[in-house]
Amino acid sequence: MSLASTQFELPALPLAEPRVRRRTFEKATHAILFCCALLSVLTTVSIVAILAVEASRFFQEVSIVEFLTGTRWAPLFKPQHFGILPLVCGTLLVVGGSAVIAIPLGMGTAIFLSEYAPTWLRDTIKPVLEILAGIPSVVYGFFAIVFVSPWVQWLFPSAGVFNAASACIVVGIMVLPMIVSLSDDVLRAVPRSLREGAFALGATKFDVTVGVVVPAALSGIMASFLLAISRAIGETMAVTLAAGATPNLTLNPLTSVQTMTAYIVSISQGDTPVGSPEYLALFAVGLALFVATLLMNLLAQWILARSREVYE
Amino acid sequence: MMAAASRSRRRRMKWVSTLFAAACLASALVCVLMLVVLVWNVVSTGASWLNWSFLTSFPSRNPQQAGILSALAGSLWLIVLTAVVALPVGVGAAVYLEEYARPSRWRSFIQTNIANLAGVPSIVYGILGLGLFVEAMEMGASVLAGALTLSLVVLPVVILTTQEALRAVPGSIRHASYALGATRLQTISRQVLPAALPGIMTGVILALSRAIGEAAPLVAVGAVAYGPFLPAGLNDQFSALPIQIFNWSARPQAEFHQLAAAAILVLLVVLTCMNAVAVFVRYRFGCHSRW
Repeated sequence: MSLASTQFELPALPLAEPRVRRRTFEKATHAILFCCALLSVLTTVSIVAILAVEASRFFQEVSIVEFLTGTRWAPLFKPQHFGILPLVCGTLLVVGGSAVIAIPLGMGTAIFLSEYAPTWLRDTIKPVLEILAGIPSVVYGFFAIVFVSPWVQWLFPSAGVFNAASACIVVGIMVLPMIVSLSDDVLRAVPRSLREGAFALGATKFDVTVGVVVPAALSGIMASFLLAISRAIGETMAVTLAAGATPNLTLNPLTSVQTMTAYIVSISQGDTPVGSPEYLALFAVGLALFVATLLMNLLAQWILARSREVYE
Repeated sequence: MMAAASRSRRRRMKWVSTLFAAACLASALVCVLMLVVLVWNVVSTGASWLNWSFLTSFPSRNPQQAGILSALAGSLWLIVLTAVVALPVGVGAAVYLEEYARPSRWRSFIQTNIANLAGVPSIVYGILGLGLFVEAMEMGASVLAGALTLSLVVLPVVILTTQEALRAVPGSIRHASYALGATRLQTISRQVLPAALPGIMTGVILALSRAIGEAAPLVAVGAVAYGPFLPAGLNDQFSALPIQIFNWSARPQAEFHQLAAAAILVLLVVLTCMNAVAVFVRYRFGCHSRW
């Protein structure tokens, strides 16, 4: 009896140790991987913390009411003015203008790709859009200055070298692939039976597309617009190069405007003393930017999540 | 009478339908046209400036002598450091979310958080880098601060694409591995990760090609557009290709615009090569594991 138990235990001892070691190793890996995932949460926390802390230092010197309702943005002049409305106006002008360009073009292309295009044409246009999406923002800025802006000036002689119109055009091209690929996906997800039902009732291709397919995919299309607008709000280098750095409370696309992102760039480039109001304003503007894009993204995700439930 | 009216209505509907199709085709063609015009514009402006001395000279006030050596070196430093930081962390986070975390409120919270981080404008990451790395951690406008900032920019992309690649590995492979007595770690490191590697590689390369073209966060962190030096260590000042392009494009003289175009050509060639590698990996290694 005792012999049997010793025989049983002896080989068990050398086996048990690696098993214990392996288990601690497994646990350690689990913990490390968990930390990697936690880092993404920490990134969000630190973005919010840094923006909030530095912006609150800014709001100790400038009242939040003046910041939100002031109509003059002149941080580099004495006396300083910190009314964000001209920057917001500049951003809205560029976002609105780019939406006017990108939404019809993007919808047209998406409808063409999903409803009309033969496979070979689809396989040619899709990569083109992927390339357009992969071109860095600063290249679009160059394109705006060297190509688009001279054309705008030729068409409208009153336009300056830096004008909001050329910024609208290049940002429109930049967000186009986003609208097309998302809208194309949701249009193709519309069940075939809906189209065939409409055809059976005698509808033309136009009726089917505009009356059945697009309404069925509308929430996804809306989400793609929101994501594109969010991207346009945060667009930096192209807008800075194309629209210039003059804070202007205007909706005239032929003048130079400064967007929120362009202000951040202009302050980062200069020798602004750390801790000065104009330096701290950068964080306040960044906070406004972060909140605006976050709201757009959350709304788009919510719409997408809702529309997905309908189909699956 | 009624037949005639309905016939004319039908003809009109047919017209509307054709016109609509033509408009859709036209907008698709405009997309293609835009790419053609953009590339043609860059090539025609910059091609004649592209030569060996352009690649091996420092930036200069004299456009004839200016080159992109420091920008190239800076971009190389940044991309290598970004890969070293973002790759393990991103893949680790994705493995945790896909293989370890059970569906729970905590997991969907992290998932939503990552989706939102992917939508945060890159300039906001630049402000984070400025406040956190440059000021709070006192790294200054160094290569390290720039690379850490870029890592944060691309991290959501790396995580999301890696997750997709891991999700594409069928559960049966994991079950077979467990059935043979492998632990979770062995299953992941010897079965799941190798199977998902082509997808992960593609995603990582695409994320890095985004990092290489990114200028806004580097401007905020404090990259310098000229200065005849190469970064020798992690704490040195740095330039980068997109920063150099930005600086040259912003100047009024046409010569500098031509220099910018030549630098853009270099950047586009680098991006094309990276994308070609990604496509190659996807087709070469993705094909033989067909489940």
